[in-house]
Amino acid sequence: MEHLTLLIGVVIVTALVFDFTNGFHDTANAMATTISTGALAPKAAVAMSAVLNLVGAFLSVQVAKTISGGIIDEKAGVKPEVIFAALVGAIVWNLVTWLAGLPSSSSHALFGGLIGATLVAVGAHGIHGNAIVMKILIPAVVSPFVAGLAAMLATRVTYRVGRNADPEATSKGYRAGQIASAALVSLAHGTSDAQKTMGVITLALVTGGMVAPHSDPPLWVILAAASAMGLGTYLGGWRIIRTMGKKLTDIQPPQGFAAQTAAATTILASSHLGFALSTTHVVSGAVTGTGLGRQGAVVRWGVVRRMVLSWLITLPAAGLVAGGATFVALQGGWGVLLVGLLGLAVCAGSWLVSMRKPVDHTNVNDIDELVPPRQPAAAPAFDAFAADPALTATIPAPQPNATRKEAAL
Amino acid sequence: MNIDWSALASVAGVSLVATVGLVGLFTLGIVGLSKQQQSARTTGYAAFAVCAAAVAYGLYLIAG
Repeated sequence: MEHLTLLIGVVIVTALVFDFTNGFHDTANAMATTISTGALAPKAAVAMSAVLNLVGAFLSVQVAKTISGGIIDEKAGVKPEVIFAALVGAIVWNLVTWLAGLPSSSSHALFGGLIGATLVAVGAHGIHGNAIVMKILIPAVVSPFVAGLAAMLATRVTYRVGRNADPEATSKGYRAGQIASAALVSLAHGTSDAQKTMGVITLALVTGGMVAPHSDPPLWVILAAASAMGLGTYLGGWRIIRTMGKKLTDIQPPQGFAAQTAAATTILASSHLGFALSTTHVVSGAVTGTGLGRQGAVVRWGVVRRMVLSWLITLPAAGLVAGGATFVALQGGWGVLLVGLLGLAVCAGSWLVSMRKPVDHTNVNDIDELVPPRQPAAAPAFDAFAADPALTATIPAPQPNATRKEAAL
Repeated sequence: MNIDWSALASVAGVSLVATVGLVGLFTLGIVGLSKQQQSARTTGYAAFAVCAAAVAYGLYLIAG
């Protein structure tokens, strides 16, 4: 048993920071459609998701174990510096994609960071290539299509079954269905993603010799990770919520319900069989699918294309940042310090840039304001979709429950 | 490289069937409760009960 060194302490704090970014990056997964259809007021939605993420984190520790012993070889000599650099890479990528409003996968950022850092530090024998393909890459490609197809068929079914019903009488039911299915996604997210951080912290403790390899995360780790993720979720990544809830396609309550149900069942079915899915990929696939399933709905393929592109580069990009950070961090104490300072600079910079054109719970549902008609001199916002002509072309028709949304704001 | 196609196929199949089934049932429930006849309402409640059971099973899977 060794004592908690300063370095391990820094790694733990960094892991919690990553967990926090993971929380606000992924709020959109559970709540984007619930917010955009007005089923819940934005603040209420993120608060509910935060609580359920917190609860979900306590439900199981299965995923945490696959991180510490799954894709990275614990015995290959991975040092705390390496884990630190991996986390910095993941955090940086999460912040950049959040600024751009891109729903990229937090899990892929973390895996990419870990893989890149391990490759630089100990070489290819430190990672399990087979596990990466089977547990990460294949599910990443397949899951959005499965969830999309399920959401599309379910959307058709629900519009067909409900075609003769009075919309006034069914709206309450769809609202309840949306809230329930979004709650399930939140819970599943807490269970899978908070555990990834727990796994990383446990890995750091293992490398520092403080806990035995292959042990369960200690209780304080579970508590800290669950709280960091809950806080991040409550803060809400409004930019990404806007992309998922409004920009991919215009979502009506039955579609929101169908999409979230498809996402929840896909996530549950696959995690039950041991695939570590990205919640983000599943939900984005389901939202796109539901846009295809309703007659008259428009899917904005330009937005989909940019989103998929960000998925493709997430793993290598986070890996590249982490690899570089590892190289610097392994130079000694000053290297670790430098990586930490650069990471902090990126955090501060992202926040400052985001303040130029803040997106929060008050304007998350307004996409027409993104392209003001006569403001050529406005500060350029770092938003991947700001200049999208498709967004001006299809301003959504006012929805019947718009008044409730406004009242709630 | 050993790709477990059968596990992938079963995940896909279960997801598709469960989603369409649940959404269909829930919609039946909503439509049933929106009507006045007693028979329609009873069907609606039955559909909701099956959905609730499915959600309970989902919770059991999350915790498992």
